[in-house]
Amino acid sequence: MSDLTGPAPVTALGGAAFEGYVRVAEEPQRAMFTLRGDLSATAMKNAATGLAGVDMPGQGQAALNAERMVAWMSPDELLLTLPWAEHDKACAQLDATLGDPMLNWGDVSQARAHFSLSGPDGAVREVAAKLAPVDFSPAAFPQGSFRRSRMNQVAAAFWCPAPGRIEVICFRSVADYAFRLLSDAARPGSEVGLYA
Amino acid sequence: MLLLDCPCCGQRGEETEFHCGGEAHITREGPSSDDAAFEHYMFERVNPRGVHFERWRHVAGCGKWFHAARDTVTLEVWGTYPAQTSRPPEELLEKIRAARPGFKWRDIA
Ligand SMILES: [Zn+2]
Repeated sequence: MSDLTGPAPVTALGGAAFEGYVRVAEEPQRAMFTLRGDLSATAMKNAATGLAGVDMPGQGQAALNAERMVAWMSPDELLLTLPWAEHDKACAQLDATLGDPMLNWGDVSQARAHFSLSGPDGAVREVAAKLAPVDFSPAAFPQGSFRRSRMNQVAAAFWCPAPGRIEVICFRSVADYAFRLLSDAARPGSEVGLYA
Repeated sequence: MLLLDCPCCGQRGEETEFHCGGEAHITREGPSSDDAAFEHYMFERVNPRGVHFERWRHVAGCGKWFHAARDTVTLEVWGTYPAQTSRPPEELLEKIRAARPGFKWRDIA
């Protein structure tokens, strides 16, 4: 597992990118943590928002500022992402602040693959909608939305950080499958015009 | 195709995002139960044509279990409700009674 334990961890696909009618790109490594427990607990909220510097997200939302994000995963789970440079410091801080045994955290930085879709807003939404049974229209999935679903055969989560951009995470073990799926969905000539 | 509203995360999804966990509201008999009760728990399931109550899991979403009431013929979904109950909520039953007068499912009517 040298790619995970070496001095400079690498992403699953080495930053692969595909130029289709939407650009599909593997995102650089981020620090990524799962926080689990009572989301109304002060210690839980403070741990997540304190590290990320963003507000607590509501149900189905992601609060974000560039690489810093807190996303609502389920009634008892948050996803926290930070710049990779802050990984070690964040681990120490989570250890220190989440001492209550009913509040748990796990480092999932290297359990995930992370992609972005960028281009015209309607086209980006369409590529995502080709692969997941989700309504990605601007009304149903506005900026700041976070949605767990499946991307063809694999579990995936989608969020909309800005118009013309959707980001996706899935398990690292299916990174290649996910990248090929996304690239195929973005293949020039396969435009549908769903959200045109 | 079924459209289910997950009561745990608030998302509306279609059925491939979920997994059906079989009949709802089954009393799980323990080692102290008699043979008839245990047999009933272990093997006897209804397979109705019409109103049915089931357990579902939002497997590709929030991961939580919940209950759903639906019609197995028309695929109408009457509603979903939390897993932490042994009986459907009365307001949901009212809705089903209005749409399917005289329906009966186990001891629920
Ligand atoms: Zn759910």
